[in-house]
Formats: sequence, structure tokens, C-alpha cells
Amino acid sequence: MFGKKRVAVIGAGMTLFRRNLKETGKELAWHASKMALDQAGLEPRDIQSVVMGTAPDAFDGVHMKGEYLADGAGAWRKPYSRVFVGGGTGVFVIDAGWWHVASGQFDTCLVVAEEKMSSCYPHPAYAFTTIFDPIYSRPLGVTLIWIFALEMHRYMHRHGIKKEEIALVSVKNKRNALDHPCAQLGANITVEDVLNSEIMCWPVQRLDISPTSDGAAALVLASEDVAKKLTDNPVWIDGTGWCIDTTFWTNRDLYYPKYVQCAAQMAYKMAGIKNPPKEIDVAEVYDPFDYKELHHMEGLMLARKGQAPKLTADGVTQRDGDLPINPSGGLLGVGNPIAAAGLMKCCEIFWQLRGEAGKRQVKGDPRTGLAQAWGDLMQYGSVVIMRS
Amino acid sequence: MSEKIKHFPGEELKARDIREGKVPAVKHRPRIRYLWSAGIAMSRFLEGLKKGKIVASTCEKCGRIMVPPRAFCEECFKSVDGYTSVKDTGTINTWSVSYVAGDASRIKEPILVAVIDIDGASKGMGLLHILGEIDDWKQIKFGMQVKAVWKPPEERTGAITDIKYFKPLKEG
Repeated sequence: MFGKKRVAVIGAGMTLFRRNLKETGKELAWHASKMALDQAGLEPRDIQSVVMGTAPDAFDGVHMKGEYLADGAGAWRKPYSRVFVGGGTGVFVIDAGWWHVASGQFDTCLVVAEEKMSSCYPHPAYAFTTIFDPIYSRPLGVTLIWIFALEMHRYMHRHGIKKEEIALVSVKNKRNALDHPCAQLGANITVEDVLNSEIMCWPVQRLDISPTSDGAAALVLASEDVAKKLTDNPVWIDGTGWCIDTTFWTNRDLYYPKYVQCAAQMAYKMAGIKNPPKEIDVAEVYDPFDYKELHHMEGLMLARKGQAPKLTADGVTQRDGDLPINPSGGLLGVGNPIAAAGLMKCCEIFWQLRGEAGKRQVKGDPRTGLAQAWGDLMQYGSVVIMRS
Repeated sequence: MSEKIKHFPGEELKARDIREGKVPAVKHRPRIRYLWSAGIAMSRFLEGLKKGKIVASTCEKCGRIMVPPRAFCEECFKSVDGYTSVKDTGTINTWSVSYVAGDASRIKEPILVAVIDIDGASKGMGLLHILGEIDDWKQIKFGMQVKAVWKPPEERTGAITDIKYFKPLKEG
């Protein structure tokens, strides 16, 4: 066993994901935290440690955002920390929560992720322009969408993948999101709709991209002895992995996310998984863009390099397929409040493994699930593997 | 969301209602400015650009010639052994066409963006820059040879923008 104690997830909660919510970030964090605690049957006094995940301070315009949000996570007068690894934060936050409990230091840990992107106006995209190197990148006017378009194009070129094949991901995820009560952009769209949508930064078109959102999500973690007293169906965290690659992203071949592979290998080794596509029953793969789902399936070794589009076209990744990917609707459908979106994926795996996902429930009593997120300058991977 | 949960917290607002002051809100624009020292390696790079040269750094241990140059080799975790000029030509590794500005507003004339593997540097040492002298972006190809178009010496300031853009080396 890794760590001193086995760690379970015993409760989950989330808010609506919307372009603009009236609640402050702190209020959103409170809603998600309260729901997760209620599901776990715990009070704040039962929580021994708290980990908050939230992305750039620039969205909220409040520096020391961790401290700003602390009360919303019930963290006052408790061991508390904020973690931040760009878009990878939402899954890294559960990895961080895991080591709080696995170390034996705490029996419980509340894991919360919040993002309120709408505060930065007229569009939060502008906050992202400050993530780049100030000397050799920013004077060119570089934006986040440039670098993802460059990565998407390289991936397409290397494997000869067509836009039509990639668009299927957006169609699937937005349709899946119609069954998610918190979703921002559930819709029935076609491949044609994606291909005819506005060109933002070729080859990225409007319907290839997830929206910007406000929202929060939370999970309650507990050590084995505590979890077994509180619930008959805990979901175990059996694998955690995280990895970063060099910031010199123009010196890497962008067709393959090696750092995601490293994070996945770490998690698979810990969970004793030898054959990921056979042993993973359901996965929530980071999909801020449709090509990213495919790119990440390959990095996670759920598909061979260049083969994820074929699995998608064959229906393998549909909710009723052999390897359902993003049954929640993903970031493309549910929405993308950065850190909260990653933790929403962990919540979805929890609900899927408990058989509580309602209309979104994948077939065949899934036992093993994976959630993954990705971030920084196309360089960070975070992975968690859960079992029921 | 679990089927056991029936209430989904969150109160949606229309963006217009906030902008038109129909809901309580507070506005603020921070006045923060930055002046970055370019550092050990990038100072060499910027000084090189002013002279019309692309400067790389070299590591004798792994043999890499690195662009952008760094003061330490991140693979060998040691000081680089020196700086050298590489060519101002290269190959398009990947490219895109941006109709969106930094604030997500739309632009009419697209910006042509590329990662260019620089000739004379180690394999895969790409530099982000923009492309020019291309009438129709459908003419851009992976593997296309390109060359830097420099600002006149008197207009150079020691910045990445001393290279105006990279243009195709040959027609077609």
C-alpha cells in the first residue's frame, strides 16, 4: 500500500456552472463544501484539514485568493493550503488531499475547488495573456488560444487527423451534458455545426472550445477506518500521479503529452494497473478543447498514439461504449470554471462508481475510474484513479 | 451531480444586467506596471537581435544548441558553456491563424502564428513568431522554409519584435 492509510472519497458536491453567477467565489465554495459535507454526513468540526484549488488570482482580481476563499471552505482555524498548477489544479487538488490523509497526519480532508472567471471583464481570456514569458513571448501578442491551436495542428499533422474526426468529441460531450443538471452548454449539435462555426484561431473553431464559467466543486476524503464508519460504499483513491514538463514549450514536440503519460504511469503503478484500456471502466479526461480529449486519451495510454479518433468514431467512448469518456459532458458541455472543472470530473467518477449518476450512468457497474486534468503552458498533467 | 441531490445551488446572472448596473457590483482597474530585467541569457538574446542575429546557448555535456537561449541547461542542470549565433532561417514545425486578440475581441486581418525550428540549433529547437508576406494562409505548409525579416537597424530596440516576421524562403 502507498501511504500509511488507505483513503476514501465519501461525499461530493458542486454548484451550477454558468458564464455569470451572482454568488462570490467564497459563496460558491461554501455551497459546494456544504453539499459535500452533507453527503458525507459530516459537520465542519469533523474536518481536520482543508485543501483549496483555484487558478490564477487574475480572474477574481484578488491576490491571496486562497486566504480570500478560506472561510468558504470551512477552513478557519484549521490546517489549510491552496494548490495551483494551472488547469491541472482541479485534479491535483484531490492528489494533494490524498497525501494529507494517506500520510496518517489527518483522518479527514475537505477538498474544494473554485473559479469565478466572470469577474475579469470584458473577457477573462485577457488574464491568460499574463501567463507567458515576458521577454520573448508577450511582445508578440501571444494568447492562450494561439498555443492550443499550434498544439492541435501539430497533433493533426503528425497523425493525419481530420477536423471531422475531432469534432465528434464536441458533439458527444455537449450531448452528454444534456443529462447533467449543472451543465452550462448541453446541446444537440452535429459535426457540421462544429465545422461551420466561427474560426477563432485555425484549426480551432468556436464549437471546438469549452466556455468560460463560474462554479465550485468539493469532495470529502477520509481514512479507511473513518470512512467505513460513515458509509457502506466508499470510493477508494487507489492511484495519484502528477508531472510537469519544461516551460520551453516551443522546444517540445507538441503532438504527444509526455508529461501526462508520466503522471498516468505514476498513478497506474500505484493502482497496480497493467493494461489501462482494459482495466479502466470509465474516464473523465480533460477536454477544454475537443482535440484535447483525444490527445489526453493517448497520453493516458487509453488509446495508442494517433488511435483515439478511431475509438471515438467507433462509438467506444460513448456512455454505452466499452470505454466511456466524459459521461458528465466534460468541460465542453458542463463548463470550464478552471479548477472547479477538474474537480467536477473527480465528482463525476465518484458518482459513477457509486451508481448515482442517474441518466448519465455508464453501463456495466463500473469499478475503476480515472480523472485527469492538464495545465500551465501545455506542460502539466494530474491524474487520479478511484475504485469502488 | 448525484441523483440523490435535488437542489443545484447557483443564481445565474445575465452579463448585461451586471454591465448596466442592474445588480449591485463594484468596479476596479488595478494600476500595476512591470519592468523586467531580461536576465543573464535573454540579455544576450536581445542584444543579438539588435545586431540582426539569433543567439543560442550551448551545452557541451548534452551537445545541445538551444533557442531560446538559457543560462543553465535544464537537462544537465549545469551552466551553459557559451553563446553562439544560429541562422535566421528555419522550418515551420506547426502553425495557426488567429482571428482573436488577447481580450477575445475579433480581428479582421488574421495574425499568422508559427513555431519555427531554427536552422543551426539542435533538432526541434523552435521559436514562436509570426509569419508575413503570405497572401492566403492556405499557402502555409508544415515543413515550409522561412527566413526572418528584420526591422532596419536604426529601428531595432533589442526585442523579439526586432524580427518583424518570418517570410517563406521560396515561392510556393
